[in-house]
Amino acid sequence: MTDKFDKVPGGPSVADAPVSKATTVAPETIKAIPVRHYGRWISGAVVLALLAALVYAFSQGNIQWQAVQDKLFDDTVLAGAGRTLMISVLAMVFGVILGVVLAVMRLSRNPVTSWVAWLYIWFFRGTPVYVQLLLWFNLALIFPVLNIPFIYKDEMTDVMTPFMCALLGLALNEAAYMAEIVRAGIQSVDEGQTEASHALGMTQAKTMRRVVLPQALRVIIPPTGNEFINMLKTSSLVYAVTYNELLRSTSQIGSTSYAVMEMLFVASIWYIVMTSVFSVGQYYLERRYARGSLRSLPLTPWQRVKVNLASFSNRPSGGVSA
Amino acid sequence: MTAMVKAEGVHKSFGAAHILKGIDLEVAPREVFCLIGPSGSGKSTFLRCINHLEQINAGRLYVDGDLVGYRQKGDKLYELKDSEVALQRRDIGMVFQRFNLFPHMTALENVIEAPIQVKGETRAVARARAERLLDRVGLSDKAGNYPSQLSGGQQQRVAIARALAMEPKLMLFDEPTSALDPELVGDVLDVMRGLAEEGMTMIVVTHEMGFAREVGDALVFMDDGVVVESGHPRDVLTNPQHDRTKSFLSKVL
Repeated sequence: MTDKFDKVPGGPSVADAPVSKATTVAPETIKAIPVRHYGRWISGAVVLALLAALVYAFSQGNIQWQAVQDKLFDDTVLAGAGRTLMISVLAMVFGVILGVVLAVMRLSRNPVTSWVAWLYIWFFRGTPVYVQLLLWFNLALIFPVLNIPFIYKDEMTDVMTPFMCALLGLALNEAAYMAEIVRAGIQSVDEGQTEASHALGMTQAKTMRRVVLPQALRVIIPPTGNEFINMLKTSSLVYAVTYNELLRSTSQIGSTSYAVMEMLFVASIWYIVMTSVFSVGQYYLERRYARGSLRSLPLTPWQRVKVNLASFSNRPSGGVSA
Repeated sequence: MTAMVKAEGVHKSFGAAHILKGIDLEVAPREVFCLIGPSGSGKSTFLRCINHLEQINAGRLYVDGDLVGYRQKGDKLYELKDSEVALQRRDIGMVFQRFNLFPHMTALENVIEAPIQVKGETRAVARARAERLLDRVGLSDKAGNYPSQLSGGQQQRVAIARALAMEPKLMLFDEPTSALDPELVGDVLDVMRGLAEEGMTMIVVTHEMGFAREVGDALVFMDDGVVVESGHPRDVLTNPQHDRTKSFLSKVL
């Protein structure tokens, strides 16, 4: 790692090369007066002033900050955040699995499976997820009894618990979006890759598993991460099917304790904590699957910190341009 | 002695485009067989038919005595299953114009992938051979590099090593040097020359007339989906009989 920083322009590596004599005389470095960007100073000042006004407004607002602090780690709130996390993860897992199946169906040469997949995606992308949640919630109105012959029979209201409504609504909707993401990923892999793999004697299944999918993942993972972060937030809609996730549990405290806005702040804080944590996870996952597509991987933030520290200690000897 | 490759009246169309219009030829074992011709003449398509990357529409194509892509029972042809086609392709190595290395694997992983996945070799066995092959194409120090970290010429040599790792009895080269910078062509041709000297049967679609003349045992000039002229490379290249051959050679030589 360190030799990268020891190389100084015009250092020993150049001296031992028998190049023309002109290069051995160090060129005079240009010392010009930089362009003054007055516009940047003005726009910066304006933005800071507006920001200050916003902070001031909040300081004058009738906000019980104590309530935010007290309820942030309240058991009910934590349980709600836990349920939000659980329903999001579960819906995402089922959504991804079903999405992969739909993508493969969509790309299949069988016209029936391809058409059915298209129909599914058309319906679930074409209707709002809120409406879909309510459809599951009210399913008992048209089908009072769930009857799968010889396998299962029960009252619909017993089957469609708030949890089931939330899971079905979110997962089935997500599957439609994931199907399109997976399909785009598979189609992004160059045809030459499939040909090379076939030419080596690999079957279609092996080609898909060993050659196409690993490369497709590089395209699939970034939007999937976005989908998951969206899911964390969209899960607040399951409020409507009376599932006690974060928004519902905070709102209930809010309406009984007359701290409506304060509890929405609490909810917002937990949402932003969860999305931030997963954004970091996504960064490292994307980095892992970028192998081979970049000549050298960009440094992680932590590696960058270490390099900056190293460059500080090297500064006296080296010519680090920061 | 059975021909390594035998084509009888091979036709191939893509929709309305009639690309191959009855190709008849034979490639003997240990022969270096060069295919030349203008672009669009069908030479690459013919090469791709040999390992069934393209299905032929008429005629018969045999590799080492076996019908490619079909099984014949009486006078009926049955399409082979995916796994049976894969089995046929094991013995036919192919090198592409655009290399087509697997970008998510290192050079070494590219070379050991098929022996492990297709032949079920152990990692150790595959690795030992892969290291030998990479050494042979002059890239033993690049085993851990990803394709994006290699030059075009290096990538193509890894691609040759990858094909050789399956120990094929026939190697197909589809314009292996056309996508390379001129100064990198030599290294790839040297590797191919070495292979020819060892007696590998090779079919080479190429624009490298020098290579065809020095290394080739047989040469075919194709134009507009038919074989126009064939013979020993030296004869065809220095003393072409057909007008179309003459006009093509006058442009490329």
